[in-house]
Amino acid sequence: MDHVEQVRLLERFSNKSTSGTLHLTATHLIFVESNNTATTILHHHIASVEKLSLTTSGCPLVIQCRNFRVVHFVVQRERDCHDIYSSLLRLLRPVSYDELYAFSYNPKQNEQQREEGWQLIDLGAEFERMGVPCDRWQLTDVNRDYKICETYPRDLYVPITASKPIIVGSSKFRSKGRFPVLTYFYQEKKAAVCRCSQPLSGFSARCLEDESMLQAISKANHNSRFVYVMDTRPKLNAMANRAAGKGYENEDNYSNIRFQFVGIENIHVMRTSLQKLLEVVGSRFLSVNDYLLGLESCGWLRHVKAVVDAAIFLTKAVTVEGASVLVHCSDGWDRTAQVCSLGALLMDPYYRTIKGFMVLIEKDWISFGHKFADRCDQLDGDPKEVSPVFTQFLECVWQLTEQFPQAFEFSEWLLLQIHEHVHSCQYGNFLANNQRRREELQLGDRTHSLWAFLLREQQNYLNPAYCPTYADTHPVLEPSTLPCHFKFWRNMYHQFDRSMHPRQSVLKNVLTLKESNCQLEDTIKDLETVSTCIKSNFICHIQMNLWKELKTAVHKCSPSNLTELELDTERTVEGSSGTERKESYSDLQGTYGAKAEPAVVSLEFGVARMTC
Amino acid sequence: MEFAELIKTPRVDGVVLRRPFLPTVEGTLCLTGHHLILSSRQDNTEELWLLHANIDAIEKRFVGSLGTIIVKCKDLRVIQLDIPGMEECLNIASSIEVLSTLDSVSLMYPFFYRPMFQVIEDGWKSFLPEDAFKDLESMTEEWRLSDVNKDYSVCSSYPPLVAVPKDVDDDTLRKAAAFRHGGRFPVLSYYHKKNGMVMMRSGQPLTGTNGRRCKEDEKLINATLRAGKRGYIIDTRTVSVAQQAKARGGGFESEANYPQWRRIHKAIERSSILQESLIKLVEACNDQSHSMDRWLSKLEASNWQTHVKEILTTACLAAQCIDREGASVLVHGTEGTDSTLQVTSLAQIILDPACRTIQGFQALVEREWLQAGHPFQQRCSQSAYSNSKPRCEAPVFLLFLDCVWQILRQFPCSFQFSQHFLVLLFEHTYASQFGTFMGNSASERSKLNLSQKTVSLWSWVNRPQEVERLSNPLYEANCLVIWPSVAPQSLLLWEGVFLRWKRSSRCLDEAYDEMVHIIQYNNKELQNKVNNLRRQLAQLETEEEEED
Repeated sequence: MDHVEQVRLLERFSNKSTSGTLHLTATHLIFVESNNTATTILHHHIASVEKLSLTTSGCPLVIQCRNFRVVHFVVQRERDCHDIYSSLLRLLRPVSYDELYAFSYNPKQNEQQREEGWQLIDLGAEFERMGVPCDRWQLTDVNRDYKICETYPRDLYVPITASKPIIVGSSKFRSKGRFPVLTYFYQEKKAAVCRCSQPLSGFSARCLEDESMLQAISKANHNSRFVYVMDTRPKLNAMANRAAGKGYENEDNYSNIRFQFVGIENIHVMRTSLQKLLEVVGSRFLSVNDYLLGLESCGWLRHVKAVVDAAIFLTKAVTVEGASVLVHCSDGWDRTAQVCSLGALLMDPYYRTIKGFMVLIEKDWISFGHKFADRCDQLDGDPKEVSPVFTQFLECVWQLTEQFPQAFEFSEWLLLQIHEHVHSCQYGNFLANNQRRREELQLGDRTHSLWAFLLREQQNYLNPAYCPTYADTHPVLEPSTLPCHFKFWRNMYHQFDRSMHPRQSVLKNVLTLKESNCQLEDTIKDLETVSTCIKSNFICHIQMNLWKELKTAVHKCSPSNLTELELDTERTVEGSSGTERKESYSDLQGTYGAKAEPAVVSLEFGVARMTC
Repeated sequence: MEFAELIKTPRVDGVVLRRPFLPTVEGTLCLTGHHLILSSRQDNTEELWLLHANIDAIEKRFVGSLGTIIVKCKDLRVIQLDIPGMEECLNIASSIEVLSTLDSVSLMYPFFYRPMFQVIEDGWKSFLPEDAFKDLESMTEEWRLSDVNKDYSVCSSYPPLVAVPKDVDDDTLRKAAAFRHGGRFPVLSYYHKKNGMVMMRSGQPLTGTNGRRCKEDEKLINATLRAGKRGYIIDTRTVSVAQQAKARGGGFESEANYPQWRRIHKAIERSSILQESLIKLVEACNDQSHSMDRWLSKLEASNWQTHVKEILTTACLAAQCIDREGASVLVHGTEGTDSTLQVTSLAQIILDPACRTIQGFQALVEREWLQAGHPFQQRCSQSAYSNSKPRCEAPVFLLFLDCVWQILRQFPCSFQFSQHFLVLLFEHTYASQFGTFMGNSASERSKLNLSQKTVSLWSWVNRPQEVERLSNPLYEANCLVIWPSVAPQSLLLWEGVFLRWKRSSRCLDEAYDEMVHIIQYNNKELQNKVNNLRRQLAQLETEEEEED
């Protein structure tokens, strides 16, 4: 079976529907409306398919996607519906990596371009940019063959004073061997952000090598006598872990540490929380009160704020106190990744550029072994391992872009696009759980890199309000932590529900204008060249041709039609680019807040005096 | 009464002004009859000029001989003044308390204010009913301008001139007026050029418990229907509230007496409930707690967003009846001066592109709020901080502005003005140097002789530099009907008003300026340059051809 006719697609929040034909390919589900507009859904994006009971109009089929698209089809014949349903179920659950789209995706690129794409991001160069190696931090080769820790990258940075036996000993005392290593170096104060997993301390165990390791981190920073140890878990969870022989650092055993819990909930709480949120905002005829009560009871924004609060704590410790900080949670690949990367984003303007943001994700998430395969359910696996930890990180970044509209080179379109492809399995970057596995899969040879694709069309992801000099005056961002500054991210969770978004986009418009500014500038340059040519009366035959070409080029690009608004274009998944998502809103305008009225009152100086 | 008697201490030195997210200023505090002024007496430091009328409430605190006055303003700003000297502080506080709550209208600042700007166009004459009617006449001949209310005797809250169906005489109007709350007989609010359908507004019919009817009222509203067509009556109250109104002499149009009309009930709350909602919302926004749950539950409990949604939904309904169903509409609630006006004015924003221009929006406010008799003085005498028991205060107009802002957010290129204009109107309804929002009706304004004795806000607004400041750089005229989304996820808290003083808005302002710069750079400089060059080039080409 490859297509079914007379299928109706119901609009999610209204009573409207469109009819068309449903096609099923090896990689996509495609719905073609009678007017030839198509809705394309990648199989990897489908989280669940549900066949509802038969109604008079046909057999309903509800498909929920990981990019928060929900489609509701009604198929006329039950047998057809069942066929689609069972085909989808088979296609939905790939069991081996080879079945993933990335291995068959072919964007008409030559081998050289593909290879260059993978070389765009160089983490060695990134540590050099931070000023590492230096006189206190060095590159160690202990994990060259993934022998000490198989979920860490090969290249790791540790204090110069941390000898190999200390490293090996410390790694044996840490969950999954994830011993403390450097992830960000704040050059100005020579303060380090390090990450690891929980210690295997149980109720009383200690490890001298691990203690020396922390001592070495502390000693590598002359600005502060102590090092902060941030356990990002709620205290209760950490204590419960002690019964399993894990736990947290005892301040009595470690000299010069300051221990702190920050209370971010675990992956299971986050999964349930987002599910509840989606249930709330997915209900039709939602009242404002149910919406706000739902936002509260699902706890999602509370969790988002907890992550941002933790990142702010980290940032203050490093930039204000100049102290080094060691961040961990249980395994050190979920909450730790969130807090370290968000903290770095607050501290270092480089990460607020498009390229820098990619480097940040590559470093703190991909290389340090955030389990993308498990968390994003890439292969048929344990549903308890699935969790929207990375989505939550993207949302935290979005909340910051809302508070600091000038600080980020990218707009939310970049965040949405990254989110899209974390789940699409179309590019190799996010496949598998760690670097070691990625190397085994030879992703660099067999798949394409998302970063190359995004950089090629980066003009779509630019934030028009970005001000590069903002970083000079605000190198460190200090976000507000008042709850009223955290908002529901409609453009993420309702990105496919067109009716909910503004019908005109400020972002899109200003971007277009900015582009047309550049074109106008070019036109001016061309015009000036031409007129100097004429003025100098220096047009020989060859130049004449050139001039004519120039003239036609100049007249062709009339800028007036560049500012026209195009409304309501459905976005497709395949190769979806920023330009196609114009319905997915832009919120710039309102966030700019109100400007104080200029001195209306002070104009009246003389008069006010006279009245008293 | 002399202001001097009320000001025991006109001047105190060494006063420290503290405002959130702004540097503290130390200087001299002066009290005048209408202003609280703080001047640092240094160059380049901004001064504080605060209208007493803008002060909603004050609190005093003492630590030793250092007194602190916390001033809470009607524009929702909160500032703190540290005043050395117990006596000075007490004097200042009591003066502020008296001066900010003066009852006498003739002492209001607009009567003392003299403009320091050149009035190009007198705002009092900018939006005369006669001129508005000329536009209507060019579209239809079915309506006439009646001066039945020329001495305000038929309806005290209506203007002297109202538009009514041509075939209905003044006598009928008088009788219909006797049957409507406050004498507010049905009058024309909006004519939809596209299909000739109309929107009317009125007060509730006085049917009472025994179902009184009035043939003239029926005749009046039926005269607006085309042959064989039905209309809609949108009652802004729920059925049960409308039923209860019968006991107090009010009521609603029964199917039996108005067979050509279909009645729809909506649920826009009465003004006292709206005031409570504003107080709760502002309290939630000022809460310094860092608990997300507390914030969300307080926001929910305030019900503010629910009111926004309800008002917008009703306005969309009215607009839908007119534009989609091709039916005429009559809107009323109880008095017809609050929820009714919210609905009729918002429906026009949705339907009529003219209302989305700077001039057109002023005309709308003038027509549907000022002339239509919204009691601004009563509604806006206190804001969210006042401790005194609210009497008639209610943020009815603020809710309307909030709804306009929601539509503006959803159609950011379809409005000629930016949210600055809406914020400006919010400020001036509560405290102003202009006379525009004084009084409760056209008749009160005429008695106060405001057009002679005060300056109109529109005179200030309609100057080129102010128009430019209030303009939306993204504006491109959009002649379509604009349907906003009323899903809770699409409605946002109006940060420009409610979180305006909560954090440094500087970076947000800068970002906005940057955007304006991009657009203006494009429109003005580059386009001009290209055009000039093209012209030069064309000239050169002709010269060259001539040479050939």
